[in-house]
Amino acid sequence: MKFTTLLASAAMALGLASGAMAQDKTKVGFVYVGPVGDGGWTYEHNKGRLAVEEHFGDKVETVFVESVPEGPDAERVMTQMALEGADLIFTTSFGYMDPTINVAKKFPDVKFEHATGYKTADNVSVYSARFYEGRAVQGHIAGKMTKSNIIGYIGSYPIPEVIRGINSAYIHAKKVNPDVEFKIVWAYTWFDPAKEADAATVLIEQGADVILQHTDSTAPQAAAQEAGNVVTFGQASDMSEYAPFPRVSSIIDNWAPYYIARTQAVMDGSWATVNTWDGIAQGMVEIGEISDAVPADVKEEALAMKAAMAAGEYHPFTGPLKKQDGSDWLADGEVADDGTLAGMNFYVEGLEGEIPQ
Amino acid sequence: MDLGEINPVLLVASLMVAATPLLLAAIGELVVEKAGVLNLGVEGMMIVGAISGFAISVETGSPWLGFVAAAIGGAVLSLLFVLLTQVALANQVASGLALTLFGLGFSALLGQSYVGIKPPSMGDIHIPVISDIPVIGPILFQHDPILYVGIALTAAVWATLKYTRVGLILRAVGENHDAAHALGYKVIKIRIMAILFGGACAGLGGAYISLIRVPQWTEGMTAGVGWIALALVVFASWKPWRALLGAYLFGGITVLQLNLQAAGVAIPVEYLAMSPYIITILVLVILSADKSSAPASLGRTFHASH
Repeated sequence: MKFTTLLASAAMALGLASGAMAQDKTKVGFVYVGPVGDGGWTYEHNKGRLAVEEHFGDKVETVFVESVPEGPDAERVMTQMALEGADLIFTTSFGYMDPTINVAKKFPDVKFEHATGYKTADNVSVYSARFYEGRAVQGHIAGKMTKSNIIGYIGSYPIPEVIRGINSAYIHAKKVNPDVEFKIVWAYTWFDPAKEADAATVLIEQGADVILQHTDSTAPQAAAQEAGNVVTFGQASDMSEYAPFPRVSSIIDNWAPYYIARTQAVMDGSWATVNTWDGIAQGMVEIGEISDAVPADVKEEALAMKAAMAAGEYHPFTGPLKKQDGSDWLADGEVADDGTLAGMNFYVEGLEGEIPQ
Repeated sequence: MDLGEINPVLLVASLMVAATPLLLAAIGELVVEKAGVLNLGVEGMMIVGAISGFAISVETGSPWLGFVAAAIGGAVLSLLFVLLTQVALANQVASGLALTLFGLGFSALLGQSYVGIKPPSMGDIHIPVISDIPVIGPILFQHDPILYVGIALTAAVWATLKYTRVGLILRAVGENHDAAHALGYKVIKIRIMAILFGGACAGLGGAYISLIRVPQWTEGMTAGVGWIALALVVFASWKPWRALLGAYLFGGITVLQLNLQAAGVAIPVEYLAMSPYIITILVLVILSADKSSAPASLGRTFHASH
């Protein structure tokens, strides 16, 4: 209790001091789970940060800390940022959820934005992208392109965001290829190139000729390239270094417009707690160029699906769909609601294995 | 679930690959600690080795030159540790941590222009006849050369420490540097050589990740292997063959658990994910029941005027 009071008063003193002299500059902090050069998730968040700098020029100052472990250390980093006078802090990984809430309590005047989580507060917003829309496109291409009918999936942690991706990819692969089978490996890390490459190699050795990844580095791409005849998709970033093959398409997270809008809101004093969940339609999720390694008709179908999702005509989770245990989930034509999607903790029918609890 | 999908031959072959970076780094650190120096900068030296090796092999097209550069890169970084701890007599723990932080940042700087490039492949050794023996051939005789270097290095370090005069002197320096000094051995000089050797080995281990195991350059790609190597040296009771066993156990179970997951074995994934750490620690702790202890001068600063 004493410690928090101390921190709060220190923050207030600092806030007063810096408020007096740096009224004109808005300070925006970013907490990253991996290095900015990971080529995937963190790389894209950092691109968003650079876009904020470019957009506002001298009116803004940004700071970031990379490779922050998800846990108590994250709290230390955020506290430090707040003490140094940050007005707005983006915490960019699911595991920062509780640390963000804890630190936000101590600094009521600092605005926090947590990516991919679901806990909000007066000064904590959450934002995420509907990656599962991109996964639907990937699933379609994967189902069409696999020859062994085995698709490998490298999961990071069994959280709703990752499970949604698996389900969405599976539903759409199965739709075009009823024989398709998913092999899922949980790496229990967001960023560990050696382990991600090992996971990809294991899946390839067990017959997979398409690899989908939900980890942050490009290592699985390198492993697939080494193996030769294996298809991959860029994750979070375009990963075009590995195009046109093995990487045949990608999901790109475009955070820049959101980061600019939220920074603007802090400057205007109009910042309020929001729960943003945007997809292809709003441009937060982009589909990277589908390379020529994909047959022309498949490419066309994939682009048509993307267009339908952008227009709001198609939802990747449209019934009839059953859960893995055979129970009904969505009736014919019914569309999944956001609440169920946000907390998704079950596989759809046909997927094998159990979700680690 | 279908265990038949796991090919045991490929499994053993890939576990050896997964274990090699760990083994190289651990053997280097083992020699350093045997000389009485605790260098916590293994992770930093590995990542610098990873980028030096990657950059040079991309520029020259030769993976061999890359590995040489990696060893030099690791050793040069450890020179910084030498300056701090052996010349300026700074605290070894703090200096080692600083070395890791510096190495991670410095390698990211060096690697800016190497993201997304494919390094030249080293290729596997293929010896006629014995490489073609079923089962044994693919497991033992179809690897990249550096994997054999790792095993040879383990044997060499073991034999040197146990049977040679150099090894005896090194151990004397590590056990009691004052006595070694009184006998006329150059404590500082010997320690410097050991630290440089450790740096070179860590560099090789790092380059093995960036050139063979992944192969690509990504910032921070060693992702903690250096710390595992440090722990491994302690759990292996400073014995080379146990370090090899530990590295193979760790690498092996890491690959095995991924295989079991992919095959859909009904063991909760959490247990599988933690199994490499637990089993390695367990086995090595049981082995260390023979009361082998740390070098007595480990981590202590030596000053000749004492």
